[in-house]
Amino acid sequence: MSVIIPYIDEPHPVTGVTNAKLGIWLFLASEVMLFGALFSTLIIMRTSAVDWPAHGSDVLNVPLATLNTVFLITSSVTIVLSWAALKMKDLKKFKLNMGLTILLSFGFLVIKYIEYTSKFHHGHFPSTSTFYAVYFTLTGLHGLHVVGGIITNLYLLGPGSKMWEKEPERFTGRIECAGLYWHFVDLVWIFLFPALYLL
Amino acid sequence: MSHGEMTVEEVKKHVKKYYVVFGALLCLTVITVGISYLHLPIFQAVLLGMAVASLKGGLVAAYFMHLIDEKKIIYSMLWLTVVLFAFCMLIPLFTLHGYK
Amino acid sequence: MSHDSHNHTHEHAHSHESHELPFWRKYIFSTDHKVIGLQYGITAIFFLLFGFGLMLLMRWQLAFPKQAIPLIGKLFTEDGVLSPELYNQFGAMHGTIMVFLGVVPLAVGAFGNYLLPLQVGAQDMAFPKLNMMSYWVYFIGGVIMLLSFMTPNGAAASGWTSYPPLSVITNPGTDFWEAMLTGQSMWLLGMVFLITSSLLGSVNTIVTAIQLRVKGLSFMRWPVLVWAQVTTAFLLLLAFPPLEAAGILQLMDRVGGTSFFMPSGLVVSGEAWKASGGGNPILWQHLFWFLAHPEVYVLILPAVGIIGEIIAVNTRKPLYGYKTLIYSILFLGFMSFIVWAHHMFMTGMGVTMSTFFQATTMIISVPSVIILTTYLLTLWGASIRYTVAMLFATAFLPMFAIGGLTGLPLGLTASDIHLHDTYYVIGHFHYVVAPGTLFALMAGVYHWYPKITGRFMNDTLGKIHFWLSVISINGIFMPMFFLGMAGVSRRLYDQTVYAHGVAAQPLNVVMSVSAWILALAQLPFLYNMATSWKWGKKAESNNPWGGTTLEWAASSPPPHENFTTPVEVFRAPYEYSSTKKHLPQFVQEA
Repeated sequence: MSVIIPYIDEPHPVTGVTNAKLGIWLFLASEVMLFGALFSTLIIMRTSAVDWPAHGSDVLNVPLATLNTVFLITSSVTIVLSWAALKMKDLKKFKLNMGLTILLSFGFLVIKYIEYTSKFHHGHFPSTSTFYAVYFTLTGLHGLHVVGGIITNLYLLGPGSKMWEKEPERFTGRIECAGLYWHFVDLVWIFLFPALYLL
Repeated sequence: MSHGEMTVEEVKKHVKKYYVVFGALLCLTVITVGISYLHLPIFQAVLLGMAVASLKGGLVAAYFMHLIDEKKIIYSMLWLTVVLFAFCMLIPLFTLHGYK
Repeated sequence: MSHDSHNHTHEHAHSHESHELPFWRKYIFSTDHKVIGLQYGITAIFFLLFGFGLMLLMRWQLAFPKQAIPLIGKLFTEDGVLSPELYNQFGAMHGTIMVFLGVVPLAVGAFGNYLLPLQVGAQDMAFPKLNMMSYWVYFIGGVIMLLSFMTPNGAAASGWTSYPPLSVITNPGTDFWEAMLTGQSMWLLGMVFLITSSLLGSVNTIVTAIQLRVKGLSFMRWPVLVWAQVTTAFLLLLAFPPLEAAGILQLMDRVGGTSFFMPSGLVVSGEAWKASGGGNPILWQHLFWFLAHPEVYVLILPAVGIIGEIIAVNTRKPLYGYKTLIYSILFLGFMSFIVWAHHMFMTGMGVTMSTFFQATTMIISVPSVIILTTYLLTLWGASIRYTVAMLFATAFLPMFAIGGLTGLPLGLTASDIHLHDTYYVIGHFHYVVAPGTLFALMAGVYHWYPKITGRFMNDTLGKIHFWLSVISINGIFMPMFFLGMAGVSRRLYDQTVYAHGVAAQPLNVVMSVSAWILALAQLPFLYNMATSWKWGKKAESNNPWGGTTLEWAASSPPPHENFTTPVEVFRAPYEYSSTKKHLPQFVQEA
């Protein structure tokens, strides 16, 4: 097989980016539109709902969500540090930071699980009110993105990291892309958090 | 060339920046939670809350996602997305306008 | 000619690789863009025939209301009469299947996948595995759509637009699985798969076109089909996600008991609807049309690209106003995002909003006319070679023009109020998509068949196919305009229950007979496609039509790596001249 696909590890001379980087940004652009539509929905539901809690904090657990925010922000830092470690050719430091990222994202999911189960316990389901419908759907979709990120990062930490030996540039590029996706997940949460919990 | 052939020194400079941004994000998180306990009128609350969130989002995008120093092709693509995103965010206006 | 020498090197290389991959890797889970393109093509043609078949059954009911369908009617109902429930299901699924499972996968998945890497001189798509995934996700989406016919209450029956509250209250189900295993829920799930597939595909298309361009192929040297495919990919990439969001929300409404789209105080068959309420049905329409209007251009732009290629080759003239054409395509793509609400003039929008969308709709007709004009001016003064592909291409121009021009009264609020939801609308968009896009895709099949297989399709069968199709297709869609202006609603099961419908009923017989003739006219096409693969006349040259773009530099069929010797681009795509021999992009000497 002699199919050669150029620019997978070095940037294209004209565009200045690799294929994967352009690809991940295109994917994120479409994600922006997905969450744009969901935020649109949130605004409409909020303005026309029959009853909407005056403050999200009346019904949702703000301290837990704040902790979750800190988790995600920290994981965003660790993943960008893991990329910087590869840039400094330090695989150990990369593994440490990537491992931390995954731990923190698991922490996020655990807290989300606690939040969800306590809501179910009190008999609050998506069908309870428009507020809960929006809350569960939006955080649920965001949670799915977190799960997707964890799977990717686990792969890159484990079997995927073998690529480092043969194609370090390409592997660093992969980590950058995984990082970009993860920052985006963080970014969505940064908006979801005040929109649902605080306002 | 932004990230292609960075020296170790440059990377270290970047790392310092990441820590600064991290600190700023934590502070802003405290601020945004703090604001919510003031129980401002809804209009001010939304305005302030979204302003802080946009600031945080901007920091993440600019520094962690390196948008502060990116290639032209990515910018041009994102501008298109921003414009269409704006139209998408106008949907509530279009939807609710019909009732007036 | 340098490209003739490729053939030998290719055969040499081929003997080395033929034993490397097992069958299932080479033809089923293949990462080769050409194989994936063919997989898309074959699957899409199957779905096109399936969707067409549904319509043929519906047309019996429309022509001869409440009479048993001869021969096969008993397969569907006990008395052989197409029931209103089945009619609604077939109607909804005809639209869905034709648009999302037929035309888009054929235009974007098949033609895009097969031709785009060849036309930019790449050896494959930028992300071959993603490409394979995109096909299989589409396949799963298609299977889900087909399986929805098997659910206890049948497939989705709320039109291809799935407007709530109707779509949510139909067969609601009492628990999760009962609600999930209904046509509408599976429709929504299938859509999520199809949207995911097109996202993967469009990322791939854009990255391939931009990053894998061969040396010398600057943007302004891209063939028009590449421009069309890239613009289309951007539409898919940025317009589809809102529908994905909306699909998930409606699925929540159906299986999760939420009320995103369900207003308060809804009463269904005498009982209050059990949900928290407070939702907004208009929101669905906005989110749906935010996708579905750009979708119209997803359907038409690849067709425009294909027609451009065929016209340039067969008139042997440079495309008139290439740059104008490209800018029109880009402008059309952008504008298509901000016209969506012209589908909603009748569903409760303020006057300001209606005026805004009326204005943008009028603006978007300008680039469409420019595109058509550049093609017409390319024909002007040419000595046209009427291959079957060119016959279809020339037919495309007036057909697309009729489709486009009849859209204007729908874009103006005042006239739309009369025509909205009548057969006029059906006639309008079918003229764009059926004798428009589908003719272009058929032209594409005839045109690139020698490239794909190394053999020509039969010319006589092709001409029979063309003339029967072009006459019968007008017999179907032209009367729709009259029916619509007579006020016949588009979703009637039997229009003869109304007085104005009785008077117009004979037109329905004309349309149905034309539809059946159109179906028969496709038989020579299918036969031709299947048999020419093996027994067609051999294409001696790699460039039988004298094309100038890069795909003609590859041998026919192209080997796995497309180009066995490096290719380079030296000039703009359509350098034909009346005095000299034509100059392909890939040949250096002037």
